[in-house]
Amino acid sequence: MKTDTLKFQTRNRPFQQYAGWIIGIGLFLLPLIQMDLTTYLTLTVAGISLGMLIFLIASGLTLIFGLMDVLNLAHAAFFAFGAYAGFTVLNLLNNAGWIDTASLAQSLFYLALALGAAGLAGGGLGILTEKIVIKRVYGNHLMQLLVTVGVSFVIVELLKMIWGVNDEVVPVPMGFQDAFIIFGVFIEYFRVVAIFLGITIFAILQYILKQTKLGIIVRAGVENQEIVKATGYNISWIFTLVFAAGSALAAIGGTMMAIFNQAVDPGMGNQFLIFALIVVIIGGLGSVTGSFVGAVIVGLSFNYVAFLWPKMALGVNFMIMAIILLIRPKGLFGKD
Amino acid sequence: MPDMVETKPSLLCLENVHTHIDQHHILQGVSMDVAAGGATILLGRNGAGKSTTLKSVMGLLPVSQGRIFFNGQAIEASKPYEIARMGMGFVPEDKAVLSTLTVAENFRLSMFRENEKTHKKLAEVLDLFPALKKFWKRQAGLLSGGQRQMLAIARVLVCEHTLLLIDEPSKGLAPIVVDQLAESLIQIKDKTKVILVEQNFRLAQQVGSDCFILDDGRVAFNGPMDELAKDKIMMKKYLGI
Ligand SMILES: Nc1ncnc2c1ncn2[C@@H]1O[C@H](COP(=O)(O)OP(=O)(O)OP(=O)(O)O)[C@@H](O)[C@H]1O
Ligand SMILES: [Mg+2]
Repeated sequence: MKTDTLKFQTRNRPFQQYAGWIIGIGLFLLPLIQMDLTTYLTLTVAGISLGMLIFLIASGLTLIFGLMDVLNLAHAAFFAFGAYAGFTVLNLLNNAGWIDTASLAQSLFYLALALGAAGLAGGGLGILTEKIVIKRVYGNHLMQLLVTVGVSFVIVELLKMIWGVNDEVVPVPMGFQDAFIIFGVFIEYFRVVAIFLGITIFAILQYILKQTKLGIIVRAGVENQEIVKATGYNISWIFTLVFAAGSALAAIGGTMMAIFNQAVDPGMGNQFLIFALIVVIIGGLGSVTGSFVGAVIVGLSFNYVAFLWPKMALGVNFMIMAIILLIRPKGLFGKD
Repeated sequence: MPDMVETKPSLLCLENVHTHIDQHHILQGVSMDVAAGGATILLGRNGAGKSTTLKSVMGLLPVSQGRIFFNGQAIEASKPYEIARMGMGFVPEDKAVLSTLTVAENFRLSMFRENEKTHKKLAEVLDLFPALKKFWKRQAGLLSGGQRQMLAIARVLVCEHTLLLIDEPSKGLAPIVVDQLAESLIQIKDKTKVILVEQNFRLAQQVGSDCFILDDGRVAFNGPMDELAKDKIMMKKYLGI
């Protein structure tokens, strides 16, 4: 199927295909005019790792908004909820005195624990939300906006009630505070972990959606529920599962971001939701590959521009989104 | 005694079924008894309620009144996936294949249970529709109308069913393709009971043994196909032939 669609696209729009790539790569080399190579590479590594963190939250949004067509404004709250779940685990480990002495391997293990807790918390919350609230508002965007704002409000208030309204400092396992140097470029271990995690989750999602029976059922259910039901599948559970997976991804992204910024606060989701929305729109609704590429674009351009003209960093992302939508109204990987 | 009430000898039995779509009263008391074996045809003008009847049986539209029995079990309150698992297959009138999926993926989706038996069945089905093998990796949305209709029928055949509901498979097909379709349907109904909605009277006659005519959400006629073919007044009144 992949080769078929690819052929199909190149046959129809060869110019956009190649010109797009060339212009795109050219644009990403452009910052080199203003900075030396080491700075550029440092910013590139940082940009890619930021992109991978954004991908985590954006991939969840791709599943929920892009595939299931649910406008979920609570996605940011799931992100924050996950961040606090991971933070709680790290805090417990810290109280036991294990964080400050952690080797790289131990740090990775503690990270896995924190991410596991975040994933479970986010997934569980996702199941509850879908079964109680979202279920009733499929197909009705206005209602979705209203009820998910409500859900978001409840979650954020809950976070404030349990952990207080202030920022908290997130204890970062010692192993991640180290860095190594290649070609004079200073690379923190945690950035490598973020990149690795992003790529792994991308590969897993891609595999599940394209290769497995579950993926086929999900894609079929998005296109035509009647056939899927009449074939014998209980689609309501399948939708619950997809929603829960999206929420779990947001929560995992939340914990990663909490460690990245070494801080959590109840409203932390909102600023990243904007990034995630830009990414999903740039990439094309429902395309995991699109989100992945979009996240790298946003992460890189944010970092370059933040270095050169700090005030423009977010604005540039909106500009990129506008330009891409002008050239490809359905986003980079959106299906017409 | 209460158990006796639930048991019906026929394969599918509708008792005074009413179906509403929004506030519209579409089916207004449809009663049918369909025995196992062969093909039963559903006829009737456009808008008579044929598709609505099939969807109500499949559980895709909620029945507001009346009862439906499948193999003696009441199913009017069952979910579509439960009814499907009981052995009922459905080929809808529109959008009968998943156009964003490849032909291969359409088949994989239709294998509710993926095992040796269904894989063997798939090989048989592909022998019945060899054209589909050629387009195995192609997106179903890129197939021609006839190929898509073949796929729609072929995909329900890979699983064992005791009853197949097929809604107007000949719609928009060239006469020569309709002939191929008739051949396939004849082979299918020898193994599996089929309820076929069909406007093409010749095709209906080739495939079906008995028929129901629906009119304005009610059954207007029920009897053998040949009897209907001889009844010129009936034919004129309900089918305009
Ligand atoms: N979603 C809907 N909303 C309102 N009315 C509907 C809807 N679907 C069907 N109807 C009405 O129900 C009646 C029966 O429709 P149905 O599709 O069952 O007819 P049919 O016998 O299958 O016709 P055709 O031969 O054209 O397919 C029609 O009058 C139709 O207008
Ligand atoms: Mg119809």
